[in-house]
Amino acid sequence: MDKLLNIKDLVIEAFIDEKWTPVVHGIDVTLDRGEVVGLIGESGAGKSTIGLAAMGYTRGGCRIASGSIVFDGIELFDASAETKRKVRGTRIAYVAQSAAASFNPAHRLINQYAEASIQHGLMKFAEAEEKAIDIYRRLLLPDPERIGYRYPHQVSGGQLQRAMVAMAMACQPDIIVFDEPTTALDVTTQIEVLAAIKYITEEFNMAALYITHDLAVVAQMADRIMVLRYGNLVEEGNARELLANPKEEYTRQLIAVRTFRKQTDIDDDDRSVILEVENVSASYTGKENVLEDIDLKIKRGKTIALVGESGSGKSTLARVITGLLPPFQGRVIFEGEELPPALKSRDRESLRQMQMIYQMPDTAVNPRHKIRKIIGRPLSFYFGITGKKQEDKILELLDMIELPAKYIERYPAELSGGEKQRVCIARALAADPSLIICDEVTSALDQLVAEEILKLLQRLQDELGVSYLFITHDLATVKAISDEIVVMLQGKIVEQGERQEILTPPHHEYTELLLSSVPEMDPDWLDNLLEERLAAAASQ
Amino acid sequence: MAFLKLLRQSPLSARIGLAIIFINIAAAIFAPVITPYTETEIVGDVWIPISSDHLLGTDHLGRDLLTRLLYGARNTIAIAFITTMLSFFVGSICGFFAATLGGWTDMALSRFIDILMAFPTLIFALMVLSVTGASIPALIVVIALLDSTRVYRLSRAVAMDIEVMEFVEAARLRGEKIWWLMRHEILPNAMPPLVAEFGLRFCFVFLFIAALSFLGLGIQPPLADWGGMVRENGGAITFGIFTALYPAGAIAFLTVGVNLIVDWFLHIASGLKD
Repeated sequence: MDKLLNIKDLVIEAFIDEKWTPVVHGIDVTLDRGEVVGLIGESGAGKSTIGLAAMGYTRGGCRIASGSIVFDGIELFDASAETKRKVRGTRIAYVAQSAAASFNPAHRLINQYAEASIQHGLMKFAEAEEKAIDIYRRLLLPDPERIGYRYPHQVSGGQLQRAMVAMAMACQPDIIVFDEPTTALDVTTQIEVLAAIKYITEEFNMAALYITHDLAVVAQMADRIMVLRYGNLVEEGNARELLANPKEEYTRQLIAVRTFRKQTDIDDDDRSVILEVENVSASYTGKENVLEDIDLKIKRGKTIALVGESGSGKSTLARVITGLLPPFQGRVIFEGEELPPALKSRDRESLRQMQMIYQMPDTAVNPRHKIRKIIGRPLSFYFGITGKKQEDKILELLDMIELPAKYIERYPAELSGGEKQRVCIARALAADPSLIICDEVTSALDQLVAEEILKLLQRLQDELGVSYLFITHDLATVKAISDEIVVMLQGKIVEQGERQEILTPPHHEYTELLLSSVPEMDPDWLDNLLEERLAAAASQ
Repeated sequence: MAFLKLLRQSPLSARIGLAIIFINIAAAIFAPVITPYTETEIVGDVWIPISSDHLLGTDHLGRDLLTRLLYGARNTIAIAFITTMLSFFVGSICGFFAATLGGWTDMALSRFIDILMAFPTLIFALMVLSVTGASIPALIVVIALLDSTRVYRLSRAVAMDIEVMEFVEAARLRGEKIWWLMRHEILPNAMPPLVAEFGLRFCFVFLFIAALSFLGLGIQPPLADWGGMVRENGGAITFGIFTALYPAGAIAFLTVGVNLIVDWFLHIASGLKD
């Protein structure tokens, strides 16, 4: 039987440094009707590029250099713009990573849904409306009759992502390209969207290209998996077989990610408390509380993981501790002394001892400063170290974060994401702090890179005895590096305690929900979980 | 060097612009050396047409026009440059202050600037200059004051964009004081739009001085100044003598050159791919 999509020897080039350089080197992709193929890899692997090329499209600065892209007998490689236009949206649709960026904020959801089918002359608006409501219902959106009439900003992230899936399905395409559809979502919302996608692709027998960097997610959705790296195919095969018996080393690394565990210390309880948050409540507007009655203690040399989803208040708590948001109730006590609530009233010494590392290394360092200035400033600012002494200390720090000495002359733009994050760690270490607040420091990094950063942080804690307040939404990270866990939901602490205590049942209801929502490598995990939850809901 | 790489990739319009600016600056610097006559010397009959002695003819008093044009470059460019530097210095410091401190400082400064901007610039300048007299320092201060309002608006907007970045927060958390934040965190990132604006402002100052000179309150005779030269020789057009077009052409020439450079610079700074 003829393949629905047959891509052969695809070579895509990008215009880098004034010449065309191949970024995808001769990839073959085939898709049967109703088959779901997962494209997995880290950033720069070429997955999105290939996904878009399936529609004969490339982003600005790229071009399809050679190869053939045959969709249902139509050659898309050098097809006319009109041919491609007829195929896109109607027969091959695309679901982007960020729903918020893909919807026009000025138009209602249903109008954007209907746009594709009306533009291609397939139906009138009234018919499109009815179909929309039907699809919204199938995707399990709340209030399907009326949700279409809302604007994008009036629905939640998970709902918006499903609305985008609905929009892609408007013309009932043969293939949908899902480009990291759940990466930007919380783990509990992700379940809903994954379930919706799985259900709808099965129901309409749609073929799909599912692009993601999360192997556990692709295990749930794909029949076949292709592992990509730097524009090359590393391994390909049936999903279950690949996960059970990976042949390549790289695939094995991806599967084994986050198996790193910290060594727990034997003499735990003798540590003194370095930071105490006592009965803190805070608000941005004065009307609604973003934090309520937070009590927290961090021991010297230990890591507390602050876990929660978007809106739980974990980053806000960091802002209260650092003085950026003074609480209206409660106090923050550091090394036995109460800290003034506002940043400007704090003295340099207490500022020095508490350092922060941010989520996005691209915006956390000044792009116009060399690495020397970024790491050197805390040294001169807090300790007055300049000249040769400073240079030596900076080299020492670069060594500690495992970066070569020549980086001292470079600008941040010349470093990768993981390297920039290491520089941020060095900047924090330069102040010789006793507490480092890590605000989602690995969330923006590829999984293998994030693993290395976590190992580095753990090593630094072992060597220097620094405490971490580790804010994250990723439970795998929590399992890897925490001594104590604090679970937050909507500004309140839901559960807190030692790591083992929290991770073993019985759990608080929300902790249970969080833990069970983390995808696992088992391809049947999603189906089993949904069955369980349905049964639990039915029995109530 | 990054600048040479930039030059190699520049479009034709930018190179033309650079050439124009270069010619003008060379003319300004080397005026005393290359001109056959001096600025105010009367060398012949009035309004002699183009001849081998006088490459552009003479003006309404019999002074060599080419000489006056070259000296005019020096006067006008120097004054315009100093004025723009002054307006940028004042305007951007106030703009950065307002963006970084926020609150009452921002409000007070912005409203004060709004009041200044409410005055029509030409009327304001004429008013002040007729009271203080049209001396060069007065000219520079008045125009700088008026222009700094626009620079304030731009630098405040640019600084506010940068100020919300995490690296500025990181510096604040370190305990950095406002001067360090402005000079080391904000300024290096604010340079591209400010430099582009500098070029534009320079042109406008230029034209403004020319307009004031045309009205008699700019650079006073016998100093050569392009606007003044247009005024002095303008009457002759009714006799079919086009002398006034040379200084007018020179004004246009320089303005176009600076605009080409500014366009190119804005294109680079915008980061848009070609």
